[in-house]
Amino acid sequence: MDFLLDASLFASTLRMVTPILLAALGGAICARVGLFNVGLEGLILIGAFSAIVGNHFTGNVLAAVLIAVLCSLLFSIIFGYMSIHLKANVIVVGIALNFLALGLTTFSLRAIFDVKGAYYNKDMVGLPKWDIPLLKDIPWLGDVLSGHSPLVYLSILLVIGLQYFLFKTVTGFRLLASGENPTAARSLGIKVSRIQYGAVLICGVLCGLAGAQLSLGNVTMFTEGMTSGRGFIALVATMLGQSNPIGVMASSMLFGFMDALSIRLQGFALPTHFTMMLPYIVTIIAMLFFKDKGYIQEARKSNESSR
Amino acid sequence: MLLQMDSITKSYGSVTANSQVQFSLNRGEIHALVGENGAGKTTLMRILYGMESPTSGEILLDGKAVSFASPADAIKHRIGMVHQHFMLFPTFTIAENIVIGREPSKGIGFDRKAAAAETERIGKLYGMPVDPWKKVADCSLGMQQRVEILKVLYQGAEVIILDEPTGVLTPLEVKELLVAIKGLAAQGKSFVLISHKLQEIMEVADRVTVLRDGKVTGTVDAKDTNAEDLSRLMVGRDLIHISRNEASRGKKVLEVAGLSIKGAKTKPVLTNISLHVDEGEIVGIAGISGNGQSELIQAISGLMKTDHGVIKLLGQDVTGASVGSIRERGLAHIPEDRYQWGVAKDATVTENGLMGHTDRHQKLGILNGSGIRGMVSEWVSRFGIKTGSLSTKAQFLSGGNLQKLIVARELAQHTPFLIAAEPTRGVDVGAMEIIHGELLKKRDEKGAILLISSELTEILKLSDRILIMYEGQIVGELDAESATEEQISLLMAGGKAVG
Repeated sequence: MDFLLDASLFASTLRMVTPILLAALGGAICARVGLFNVGLEGLILIGAFSAIVGNHFTGNVLAAVLIAVLCSLLFSIIFGYMSIHLKANVIVVGIALNFLALGLTTFSLRAIFDVKGAYYNKDMVGLPKWDIPLLKDIPWLGDVLSGHSPLVYLSILLVIGLQYFLFKTVTGFRLLASGENPTAARSLGIKVSRIQYGAVLICGVLCGLAGAQLSLGNVTMFTEGMTSGRGFIALVATMLGQSNPIGVMASSMLFGFMDALSIRLQGFALPTHFTMMLPYIVTIIAMLFFKDKGYIQEARKSNESSR
Repeated sequence: MLLQMDSITKSYGSVTANSQVQFSLNRGEIHALVGENGAGKTTLMRILYGMESPTSGEILLDGKAVSFASPADAIKHRIGMVHQHFMLFPTFTIAENIVIGREPSKGIGFDRKAAAAETERIGKLYGMPVDPWKKVADCSLGMQQRVEILKVLYQGAEVIILDEPTGVLTPLEVKELLVAIKGLAAQGKSFVLISHKLQEIMEVADRVTVLRDGKVTGTVDAKDTNAEDLSRLMVGRDLIHISRNEASRGKKVLEVAGLSIKGAKTKPVLTNISLHVDEGEIVGIAGISGNGQSELIQAISGLMKTDHGVIKLLGQDVTGASVGSIRERGLAHIPEDRYQWGVAKDATVTENGLMGHTDRHQKLGILNGSGIRGMVSEWVSRFGIKTGSLSTKAQFLSGGNLQKLIVARELAQHTPFLIAAEPTRGVDVGAMEIIHGELLKKRDEKGAILLISSELTEILKLSDRILIMYEGQIVGELDAESATEEQISLLMAGGKAVG
């Protein structure tokens, strides 16, 4: 098994997991304010595409990432306006945005780059790889943890930051309150819609970063529908992690690992389509173990009994 | 005078919820606000709490005109409200629930230790101790009520509005609450108390204002009035004293023998329950809520699986049968929690009335709309259900009116057996009178009724026989003629029957 579970497998796990983790954190913060954001997939796709567009026109990676964040942010404002302001069904809005994103990116790909299917340009610069001093010299661990894009490291810092924000700060506390019992929160003068908008915008930023990592970190290109379900996997990671940043990281790691493993297994003469099923089988099995353990159910149960 | 509401009028389109209402409150006073369901009490208090703005009229606080755009404004002016349905966060701790909105902080951090200390301090100060670190979901309803009041006090309220605070409490918790309110009033806090329970009002209130159809029909000193005068002001006429006819018992309708449910916890939920209800009698089950009554009715109506025992309806074994088939054989059920079991909130009055009556009003699967509307509108007029129209959504009806709709619907099944669980919870005296009258009428028409109620007066008024439940067992059976409230209370609390 040594050659199967070597350092590069774990390194690629980290790379694969970053887009999922970033989006799942966005999904978690939305779930915490009571908005189940099915539109993660679309938001990542928008981020991935606009990162390439930014890269192509500015030639600057930082500007490209900022443009990705900005575009996903704009897209998430649509989600927020529809679901918070117009009180549309969040699931419907999310699905609509996913299809909109798919169509929009495919169309723009042809309109801007005049290509079909994929855009690649050798002049484009991907995200830099950071070697972490000291860490990179540690055998094995250095191979796994060092040499990733800044977004990989940022995502881990974000986990810690969000965990602190949600459970240790006053604003985070109010955010949790708005999700748990919006009526009660409103009756206390907490501005629930403002908090919901905030959460949706943060989600937009995170999905923009996820998209940038996808199109500039893992590879340096954009292909139609290149998210290929990562947004939905992120959604599952959100639920599995109980919308808890640390928990979300753990479940994202599981999916990222299965993702990396499935690619690795292709080298062992296993059919591609079989190995590609692996992450999803694990998802279903994981859901079985976590049935009715969510904090939302818990809240709902106790709400019922107190009526 | 601390607070004055002057000529408050509130209209929604053509409906006037409050008309020229005058209401005042002195410092340290407990001022009760009573009236039938839909008389406009809650609307008036929502205006005071900034949740609604009045169409005309003004609010004076310490003689100065104020207007509240939101509850936050009202809180700033030291007005707090405890809602009928608790506004709590069940997965949060007591301390978190109390300090929310004005949390003690360290930088951007939420200082939970300080919150707990502060909670402990005000709990002691106001004589309502709580465990700050306990989750609200794990608290009894009485404790949750206490958390609500402490929250309002923590916000600095001088005027506290209590909307039906005792509706869900056990008799002991009610007593504690009333003592606490009196104590706070003695410390200078002022209370507006909305309640249907005239006895409680007579016990604590200094003054009483009665609303009927949005207008004030009288403001009186509590010491110059009595429960009967108040109900006359509320209903606008004298209440008819329901006379009970002699019970004429027939054959057994419901028989339960040796019924037990183990339940998930270590204590069994129901232990060896045996009872029977005969034609033409009302059997009342008294008990503090949570002693197995809910499980018993769920078992009888087929909603809950049983472990041992036999349930027979009209001589047929229905143990483990489906809800549908039990109802078909002759059971109607007024459920205890109207929102969870009784109605679909988003469905209209007509649709809610139709539930369970679909078979009678269909031909080849097509519903007969006019027949259904005729049936429901007959109920609306007979029970005096206040609703905008037949197509109003159930969620917009007040609790009492919803309850009347459910009672009408279940009585219209004309089944030999009826379970009536808390049939008048949250219902005003006028509606209570109608519901009680209808239940007794059903009994006189040879119906068998199993009545479950946490209101002793209701049990004593309606029942022919009284069973008392304690910790999942029937601990006593009393004849309604000779039973006294003391006897029942003692058995309900787990004591032994005397005499």
